[in-house]
Amino acid sequence: MVVDQLRESELDRLFQAFADPTRRDIVRRATVGEYTVSGLAALYAMSFAAVQKHVAVLERASLVTKEKRGREQIVRGNHEGLQKARRLLDEYEQIWRQRAARMEDILAEG
Amino acid sequence: MTVISMDKNPEALSLTLVAEFDAGVERVWQLWEDPRQLERWWGPPTWPATFHKHDFVPGGRANYYMTGPEGEKAHGWWEFTVIEAPRELQFDDGFADSDGNPTGDLGVTHATVTIEPVGERTRMTIHSAFESEEQLEQMVAMGMEEGMKLAAGQIDDILAGRANI
Repeated sequence: MVVDQLRESELDRLFQAFADPTRRDIVRRATVGEYTVSGLAALYAMSFAAVQKHVAVLERASLVTKEKRGREQIVRGNHEGLQKARRLLDEYEQIWRQRAARMEDILAEG
Repeated sequence: MTVISMDKNPEALSLTLVAEFDAGVERVWQLWEDPRQLERWWGPPTWPATFHKHDFVPGGRANYYMTGPEGEKAHGWWEFTVIEAPRELQFDDGFADSDGNPTGDLGVTHATVTIEPVGERTRMTIHSAFESEEQLEQMVAMGMEEGMKLAAGQIDDILAGRANI
């Protein structure tokens, strides 16, 4: 398994981003709607600064984008980053389809 | 079709597969219980699995390795958290070092397998949840060899004029 440096650090950021339940929740919300950082901060039992840090981690992993609008910061889901996770799941699906096919072959022997 | 549904959740990094087989519940259970049968289907032909420990009891452990095309070995461990023969098993699955000790750096996959009769057939549902994208990436790398081989076989068929296009 040869993983080049660039890809490895990209994966590290994705791993770090997905490892936290609050960050996963922010991704889910920002993918379907538009949220301000303060709007997100109101949803969780943590400080504005803590939520801002979570958003920054997600931004570095290319899972969300942040855009200034007046005094507010708008957070939106980054579909490209999520598509990468989806592509990996598609590949994993093939692994299980092949396993099920091998199981069927063994069962066919009786 | 063996696989009747596949539900993927990219945000939660999880996958649920439902398959049906022309066999009884007890027979499908043996595919998990018997390590010699398990290693015939767990790894693809290019990354065959060898289970050198398979303590199939609640709290028991399995240790296995998969051997790659260049002879390289990827080690893994399971810990069985629930075993209710022949209907349900749950286990954690992770990467290990060459002594079979969990490395812990890529996280653990939680797998829940349920097996139930549906008429004359048996339905098996597998839910896999990953902790990290990197872990999923590594598993895919170990399983993709076969997909590429199948694709290569299809190309061979097309070139030989055997394909049903």
